[in-house]
Amino acid sequence: MSEANQTIDRREAIRRVTLILGGVALAGSGGLVAACERAQQRAGTTTSAGTFTATDVAFLDEVADTILPETKTPGAKAAHVGAFMAIMVTDTYTPRDQDVFRAGMRTIDAASFMAATPQQRLAKVEQLDREQKDYTDKKKHDDPPHFFRQMKELTLLGYFTSEIGCTQAMRYRETPGRFDPCAPYTPGETTWAGHA
Amino acid sequence: MQSQNYDAIVVGSGISGGWAAKELTEKGLRVLLLERGKNIEHVKDYVNATKAPWDYPHRGGRTQAMEHDYPVLKRDYPLNEKNLDWWASDKDSPYTEVKRFDWYRGYHVGGRSLLWGRQSYRWSDFDFEANARDGIAVDWPIRYADIAPWYDYVERHAGISGSREGMAQLPDGQFQPAMPLNCGEALIAGRLKTKFGGRRRIIPGRTANLTQPLPGRSACQYRNACWLGCPFGGYFSTQSSTLPPAMATGRLTLKPFAIVTEVLYDRNKKRATGVRVLDAVSEQTTEYTARIIFLCASTLNSTWLLLRSATDVWPGGLGSSSGELGHNLMDHHFRAGASGTIEEPSLSSKNVYGRRPTGFYIPRYRNLFGDKRPYLRGFGYQGGASRQGWSRAVAELGVGGAFKDAAAQPGDWTIGGTAFGEMLPNHANQVTIDQTKKDKWGLPVLAIDCATGENERLMRKDMMDDMGEMLEAAGVKQVRTYDNGCWPGMGIHEMGTARMGRDPKTSVLNSHNQVWDAPNVFVSDGSCMVSTACPNPSLTYMALTARAADFAVNELKRNTL
Repeated sequence: MSEANQTIDRREAIRRVTLILGGVALAGSGGLVAACERAQQRAGTTTSAGTFTATDVAFLDEVADTILPETKTPGAKAAHVGAFMAIMVTDTYTPRDQDVFRAGMRTIDAASFMAATPQQRLAKVEQLDREQKDYTDKKKHDDPPHFFRQMKELTLLGYFTSEIGCTQAMRYRETPGRFDPCAPYTPGETTWAGHA
Repeated sequence: MQSQNYDAIVVGSGISGGWAAKELTEKGLRVLLLERGKNIEHVKDYVNATKAPWDYPHRGGRTQAMEHDYPVLKRDYPLNEKNLDWWASDKDSPYTEVKRFDWYRGYHVGGRSLLWGRQSYRWSDFDFEANARDGIAVDWPIRYADIAPWYDYVERHAGISGSREGMAQLPDGQFQPAMPLNCGEALIAGRLKTKFGGRRRIIPGRTANLTQPLPGRSACQYRNACWLGCPFGGYFSTQSSTLPPAMATGRLTLKPFAIVTEVLYDRNKKRATGVRVLDAVSEQTTEYTARIIFLCASTLNSTWLLLRSATDVWPGGLGSSSGELGHNLMDHHFRAGASGTIEEPSLSSKNVYGRRPTGFYIPRYRNLFGDKRPYLRGFGYQGGASRQGWSRAVAELGVGGAFKDAAAQPGDWTIGGTAFGEMLPNHANQVTIDQTKKDKWGLPVLAIDCATGENERLMRKDMMDDMGEMLEAAGVKQVRTYDNGCWPGMGIHEMGTARMGRDPKTSVLNSHNQVWDAPNVFVSDGSCMVSTACPNPSLTYMALTARAADFAVNELKRNTL
């Protein structure tokens, strides 16, 4: 997905964000029921979001944090990506896509995922990532998305537009004040976050 | 007690209406500026301008509720969380689509001047002579020499940044220093110049963003958040540029929530006498009188108003004696082009700093200077190059810490361009009143019946293929061409429906934007356009409005109105 268009014009930039976000949504089926005690305890520090329970949000936080974990910068859980996913699915997804997402949540055994070690979680998420990539590369335009593609998209969007993502994982200047069309860049440096 | 009588009434406060108000007040007239929507005060009401991305619950996206409420706006980029209340409500202000027409409107003080893309190009005699040369529609009643001094005039005040290129098809103007090409664009521009002998050129976009301060306005701060309103006044809008000097005269009365339902016409004097206004909130009706009236309500809205006015004299409305009022609706067609990756090792140690609110432009080269294609007219490209951001990682295989840290770094340099093509005027493309449907205020709505034709279809092939050809010739890799399809209105460059001309039998307005049937009524927004050319039209509306205002005041002095 090209960032070139972002400098072309606002139309293309905004259109692309909306493509990432997917379409419309309606409240879907019930929340995640099979969560373990440990998740319930975690949920004590998490609140419900959209049509998702605190337990759901705690689980989504852990999935997101496995996709984008803490490195030298904070991970997705610190950026509250679980709650962001819940709100986005509730408010912006079509009924079909919301069903895909919730069904996907159920296929991951939440209890064992929450109880798993970071290495085990990563192995599970890597397996899901290969599955979604394989599915997405082959899928026809009107086929439903893969639930893990949805989770990955929302995790990236939620994290890299969060305050932590913009100001710590990347660099953020609300008002750059000048334009340098050819600034030096040292490989390894982080990129500049967008504003609007 | 506010006077109900003014020297001039201006309907609409967008790009054209703001200019009319400024020119007429500065020339000594007491002016009533009527705006159908709410007021938006400069800076104070730019409530989202300094919000960070994370301040929006959906990070700028669109919800199911928004899509439900905005069935037209949702078709393209305008529907978003960040400036939703600056777009007109589809529910309150419906219209009838005989054929699909995407009508994106800004009903508030400043209109779409707050929301526009700011690309500002002069048209040339290749454009003003085109209809006469091709035997299409009617001849423009003006030539470049007539409008050139007015381009000079409006450019100096609005503040247009751009480079002097000496290209006959895209005349140079009174520019502030250009916002330069970035190093990716400059590399490709250099190669393109060599490959095409200078005939096809990448130049910096000419934009109504300041690179030097003007009175009361700062230079652009490279935030690239223009469409939220600029707290620095860095881009041209009614609020930043034309309203302050108009207000400073002490002769301007700005009246928001004022829907003009009819231009009042005196059949004995053969002059308009004023307007009838419906208060959008109280629904009270008031009549205001004036010696001259400027209609600057936007292309379709000025015509909608004319269609509803003086129907006792002309069933087709004020200005309809030629049979052309409402006809010849046009827009630019776009969404075809190409993009690819610049694989140049020296660029990996380069990036840009700051968010430039413009890109590059490739001026028209088709059907010019001996080139001959199987269609008439031509197109220009808007585009840009940049390094990819985090969103590239969505499609990549990968999760985990290394994946995250890589996504936070800039990716490859990519480059792309989208063509904006000329659409020919066609009498069959028209708007009429749909008496069967009413808006929130009880006004019968517009029915829009407009489609592109064979000329546009043929042109689109070049619009897509040429960009691919240019990028490949310049060594760009992984080039992908596209034609995403386009419906009239999507360009938000709607033009025509009250065209200028040389003959009252075939046009609605004369060469000074004066309604042939009512000489004290002027229409100087996009309605007046006789053809679309391919460069963006707003700068031409500014110049035509300033020119018409000058003419109108001189005629008032001569007592001919």
